[in-house]
Amino acid sequence: MAETAISLRGLSKHFGTVRAVDDLDLDIADGEFFSMLGPSGSGKTTVLRLIAGFEEPTGGTITLGDEDVTDRPAFARDVNTVFQDYAIFPHMSVLENVEYGLRVKKVGRAERRKRAEEALETVRLGEYGARRPHQLSGGQRQRVALARALVNRPKVLLLDEPLGALDLKLRREMQIELKAIQREVGITFVFVTHDQEEALTMSDRIAVFNEGRIEQLAAPVELYERPASAFVAGFVGTSNLIAGEAARQVVGQEGAFVIRPEKVRLEAAAPAPSSEVCVAPGVVREVVYLGALTSTVVALDAGPTVTVTHPNTDTTIDAALERRDQRVVLTWRREHLVSLGSPDPATSPEEETA
Amino acid sequence: MLSHGLRRSLTVFTLVVLVIVYVPLALVLLNSFNTDNTFGWPPAGLTLHWWQLAWESQGARDALWTSVKVAIMATVVALALGTLAAMGLRRTRFFGRNVVSLLIILPIALPGVVTGLAFQNGFRTILGIDLSLWTIVIAHATFCIVTVFNNVQARFARLGSNFEQASMDLGAGRLTTFRLVTFPMLRSALLAGALLSFGLSFDEIVVTTFTASSQDQTLPIWIFQNLFRPNQAPIVNVVAAVLVVFSAIPIYLAQRLSGSHAEGLTGAR
Repeated sequence: MAETAISLRGLSKHFGTVRAVDDLDLDIADGEFFSMLGPSGSGKTTVLRLIAGFEEPTGGTITLGDEDVTDRPAFARDVNTVFQDYAIFPHMSVLENVEYGLRVKKVGRAERRKRAEEALETVRLGEYGARRPHQLSGGQRQRVALARALVNRPKVLLLDEPLGALDLKLRREMQIELKAIQREVGITFVFVTHDQEEALTMSDRIAVFNEGRIEQLAAPVELYERPASAFVAGFVGTSNLIAGEAARQVVGQEGAFVIRPEKVRLEAAAPAPSSEVCVAPGVVREVVYLGALTSTVVALDAGPTVTVTHPNTDTTIDAALERRDQRVVLTWRREHLVSLGSPDPATSPEEETA
Repeated sequence: MLSHGLRRSLTVFTLVVLVIVYVPLALVLLNSFNTDNTFGWPPAGLTLHWWQLAWESQGARDALWTSVKVAIMATVVALALGTLAAMGLRRTRFFGRNVVSLLIILPIALPGVVTGLAFQNGFRTILGIDLSLWTIVIAHATFCIVTVFNNVQARFARLGSNFEQASMDLGAGRLTTFRLVTFPMLRSALLAGALLSFGLSFDEIVVTTFTASSQDQTLPIWIFQNLFRPNQAPIVNVVAAVLVVFSAIPIYLAQRLSGSHAEGLTGAR
């Protein structure tokens, strides 16, 4: 692994009796696009604020590069933040906003103007330097906030749900663009989000937070294909949980298992038995048209309800709709099942979508 | 939607109220130009004679100057203390915070007679200080603080603390942050608070009566004392007209300031 940009050891933050961050150990590599994903109240934003220096930890240390910055105020740490609401200074022009960090560090006027203009170019706002913040759209403000932080060439850039206020289309564009900018400047990005799709799209690694702790730390593919717990399986993507008596019947094994909706096939009759395929009969309860996909909800005879998705290769879903209340057989390859190990898993959380 | 009839009666009602409030004021202004010094109606003719007399009246001039001095000094005190109080109460959450906030705002609602008496008693009996211009300033500052405090506190509530955090995050220390971010964003709130405070102090009479020495005559006190001298009546009209203008302009400006800047200052949203 590359050099370490941020290292957290035994980091805790308690608000009264609430443990917002609970004894956290984490290493983030230099140049990495690292995401902290979790529902609201899971502690991810608090970790970000602890790194930035807006909160004082209850315990533990924060190391930036090889400097212990735990007791340093926010203005003496080599990190910059892109705030959720951007916090662009309304009484300054766009260029003055971007120059601000260099100005307070007493960088000469000509030098800081040049670097600010470069930063605005990087976020494709080269022509907007003279504008006032209230003349910009949400997406443009977001870029100004990014340029204002990047111009200081910090060791680490912290992003606190920076795309949350944008509409879906713009958000998707900005996801791609953010990733491109990060590759271009090579700065470590620590990105906080509650949107699993956003995290999967952009990140090198993702830490899934739950109740102040990291539930799983993995690359996007591993996180999606091999969730370590029912919480992760439920929070990242949609998943079907098969546990207890149903697991004995369908899988033929004790334990708790997860199968992703797109890995399940819906058939009219049971196929020839095979040790590599799981077979589960049931009744179609609901057919939902989602544009690119059709989602079918099936109540298994064995108990649990399973969601199945398949791409809409036809221009109608009449055939799928006709299956409502019909008996069907679900099949999936045994190797696609993810075992959660624990025979008594916690209930999966409500799925959160942004 | 209001019905047509209701809307009409509301319009009429509003007009009646406005007439009741502003016609007497307009009469004061008109009479300051009335050639007839017993204010017969309709005015026999218009003249600038009284304005010239008022301009030449040393008593009125001194009183005007005294009022301006008191209002400016009370406003300066209110600006400093009101801003500090708002900043102090913003950061800390302590037991009794709301009580302190209430105690700061209360003086504007207290009856002037009570405040005045209390101050007179406090200055003369308890502290043993002679009444002077400064005792008026101190007494006025107690209720002038409220306008500054309220304006600054409202501005802080609207701004939140994100801008200051952003400034510190970008490497600015606490003082630099105040100079480059906090103060510029408070400026219009401070100006609005200061103008209101000036207006409040400038036309105050009740508290002033109790805290002024016999030599210090503010404009309202001068008017009150000259009101019943028949030969001074036309000049009193002029001075009263001036007083109205001096009090109304700051209020008007303050209202425009707090209105027009509301959009620009919310910034990112």
